[in-house]
Amino acid sequence: MAKLDTPALEQSFLNNHGKNPIRAWLFSTDHKRIGILYLLSIGFFFLVGGLLGGLMRIELIAPGETIMDPQTYNGVFTVHGLIMIFLVVIPGLSAVFGNFFLPILIGARDVAFPKLNLLSWWLYIFGAILAISSQFLGSGAPDTGWTFYAPYSTETGSNVVLAVFSAFVLGFSSILTGLNFIVTVHRMRAPGMTWFKMPLFPWSLYATAWIQVLATPIVGVTFLMIVAERLFQIGFFDPSLGGDPLLYQHLFWIYSHPAVYIMILPAMGVVTEIIPTFAKKHIFGYKAIALSSLAIAAVGYFVWGHHMYTAGMSGTARWFFSFLTFIVAVPSAIKVFNWVATMHKGSITVRTPFLYTLAFIFLFMIGGLTGLWLGALATNVHLHDTAFVVAHFHYIIFGGMGFAFFAGLHYWYPKMFGKMYDEKLANVAFVIIFIGFNLLYFPLFIIGMQGMPRRYADYLPEYTGGHFWSTMGAIVLITGALLMIYNLIIRTRKKGTPAEMNPWGGKSLEWTLESPPKEHNFDEIPTITENPYNY
Amino acid sequence: MYPITPGVSNLAEGVDKTFMILFAISLFFLIGITIVMLWFVYKYHKKRHPVPSKSKGNNTLEVIWIVFPTIIVLILFYYGWIGFKPMRDVPEGAREVKVIGYMWDWDFEYENGKRSKDLYLAKDEPVKLNMVSLDVIHSLYIPAFRVKEDVVPGQTNFMWFIPSQVGQYEVLCAEYCGLRHSFMDAKAYVMEPEEFQSWLADFDPEETEHKGLIIVRNNACTGCHSLDGSKLVGSTFKGLYNADRNVTEDGKQITVKADDEYLLESIYEPNRKLVEGYPANVMQSYRKIITDEDVMHIIDWLKSEEMR
Ligand SMILES: [Cu+2]
Ligand SMILES: [Cu+2]
Repeated sequence: MAKLDTPALEQSFLNNHGKNPIRAWLFSTDHKRIGILYLLSIGFFFLVGGLLGGLMRIELIAPGETIMDPQTYNGVFTVHGLIMIFLVVIPGLSAVFGNFFLPILIGARDVAFPKLNLLSWWLYIFGAILAISSQFLGSGAPDTGWTFYAPYSTETGSNVVLAVFSAFVLGFSSILTGLNFIVTVHRMRAPGMTWFKMPLFPWSLYATAWIQVLATPIVGVTFLMIVAERLFQIGFFDPSLGGDPLLYQHLFWIYSHPAVYIMILPAMGVVTEIIPTFAKKHIFGYKAIALSSLAIAAVGYFVWGHHMYTAGMSGTARWFFSFLTFIVAVPSAIKVFNWVATMHKGSITVRTPFLYTLAFIFLFMIGGLTGLWLGALATNVHLHDTAFVVAHFHYIIFGGMGFAFFAGLHYWYPKMFGKMYDEKLANVAFVIIFIGFNLLYFPLFIIGMQGMPRRYADYLPEYTGGHFWSTMGAIVLITGALLMIYNLIIRTRKKGTPAEMNPWGGKSLEWTLESPPKEHNFDEIPTITENPYNY
Repeated sequence: MYPITPGVSNLAEGVDKTFMILFAISLFFLIGITIVMLWFVYKYHKKRHPVPSKSKGNNTLEVIWIVFPTIIVLILFYYGWIGFKPMRDVPEGAREVKVIGYMWDWDFEYENGKRSKDLYLAKDEPVKLNMVSLDVIHSLYIPAFRVKEDVVPGQTNFMWFIPSQVGQYEVLCAEYCGLRHSFMDAKAYVMEPEEFQSWLADFDPEETEHKGLIIVRNNACTGCHSLDGSKLVGSTFKGLYNADRNVTEDGKQITVKADDEYLLESIYEPNRKLVEGYPANVMQSYRKIITDEDVMHIIDWLKSEEMR
């Protein structure tokens, strides 16, 4: 933690007031401290997952065995997915910036249920411990992929039970966060803040929270069914026990497609806050952006079948899911148009958070447009389960959610910690990350189109070029990420300058508070008369 | 510019055409929006444009960019659907081939009973593949033909196509299926029809296979245990009978002979005596799957001249 060497820090929520610091942090019900607990734990798992991804890239630098045998590779891509999906991107933005800023942005002193909020974090840690121990306990690291497709997952000798149980526990953490945010948004808005005067990041968190609450239980039950099938031979999915393997896929994707929106909606919310601040202009199409979040959350429930076009569904189901998949692309397009239109006739300053935001829009467009390639039936047949899919979802999840996370981190960092980082160094790190990211993932589109399947520990020599450049990209990307972390943690701790209250000239409520905020946020709860984008 | 060579089946045209349309539209939007965005950032930079406009939106524009993308995605949906539709309409008279997927290999079985490890096809003749799995989900993928369909245990999925060019193509497994997933491949050989006919006829239905071999193959043992002495996930069947085995039992290293008793135990409790150099828990017990009697046939076959 930052040293408390300025008066603002002295009075802030970062001050432990002489209490045992470990207790004061691990058992704090202050939404800001919980947000930082999530930031540290998610950041840690992001590094672990990234390291595992790097190892996979090194294995794939050339055909044949490079550093690990196929069984190890299968275990590594499973735990990479498990960590990145359930411990990093699903909690991601809502757990970190949602916890820290949702109450502040709606003019509240905390979330509706602060103790439940702390319980969510503890469940997250408990789930994380289970996920990690599944690697070391029992009969070998899980080797099913994060999708746990049956009947492979119900038959393999590896330690699947502990892994799916960890995902089950993490699901509860996610549900409780969602529940908390829904009630907070309904009940805790400051006087005068009507729904359409609420900032758009809370809007996106609200839409996300509904998905968390409604969709997560389905996957939780599905994971329990896997456990029951493995331990008690109850035949849900394995045809040799009388089950149906496609039932598993339906249940899994009913959650896991909407889960993509759990990841990306808050990211859209963050950039929607950042663009008006740096364009010094009212967000373009406030209502269109707010309602498109709800539209995505609603239609997103009915498109899961696009993961199963080749699984043997009826022809009718295939075109029906394809049709809805194309429809759900429209609200995302609306957001992109409104973001760009917000820049029109603004008065723009290009600072680090804004750079990440521009990159977000670019990468998210690539991810979204290639999603159409996968949503179209004819091309899906060729691209399904290839490296093209891997590239597509890394553009959405890392290029989208990840870059928005970095944007939010650089945007709110001075507010959260009361210190300003070295912006030049931050921009250098940004450029390296941006180049490394594209070098890492873009070649996967090409080899995927050429027929390189995913989850392959080894491959035919014709794909060597694409894999080689992809691995080079991974090295560049990791270098950039380490530079960013060095800048934000080590350098700022020593040389960071005290942050102003409003370093970017924003209009939303967090910029009316000290940097960092006091424990109770507001001395006096503000009365709201207009939405926060009137520049 | 276009990264893939044209497909060589009747279905490839619809797929590749959809690719072209998607490619053009994606490039147009990506480049167009990126240029506009960067142009705004340049033109309305604080230096050049110190006072921002007070605009909050424009309803006409909102309607335009709801309706316009909706039309575009509907067009894209249509092309994707049209390119896909023929994949489900199998013409009458297509030659039927049974495909058996198992960990980690493919078998192709023709109507006259001929079995093959590779897929032999006649140019310009429609073929329908009826696909079953003996264990977990696999997915038959032939990139050059633009076809893929999962091979799911407990149900028979199908695909069909007409290969349009003589040559040799890769057959891959696209659905993750465990240890040797990335090695679960085969070849598709497309031949002139006459050549194919003589290949198909070159087969003696009277030629009887050993009962033990049939059992071993039907249980997909050959995915891990080779017949020719090569090392796969498990040890080879070739020369196995009565060979010396260095095994670990209860943590102790011992040497045993692969006799009848050992072979029976290794099928029913594969992890009890673990042969050096092979991982634990990859093979599960076959006690409920292969009967005592069938195990005797397998052992008989291992004793036979062809396997010594
Ligand atoms: Cu999806
Ligand atoms: Cu397979």
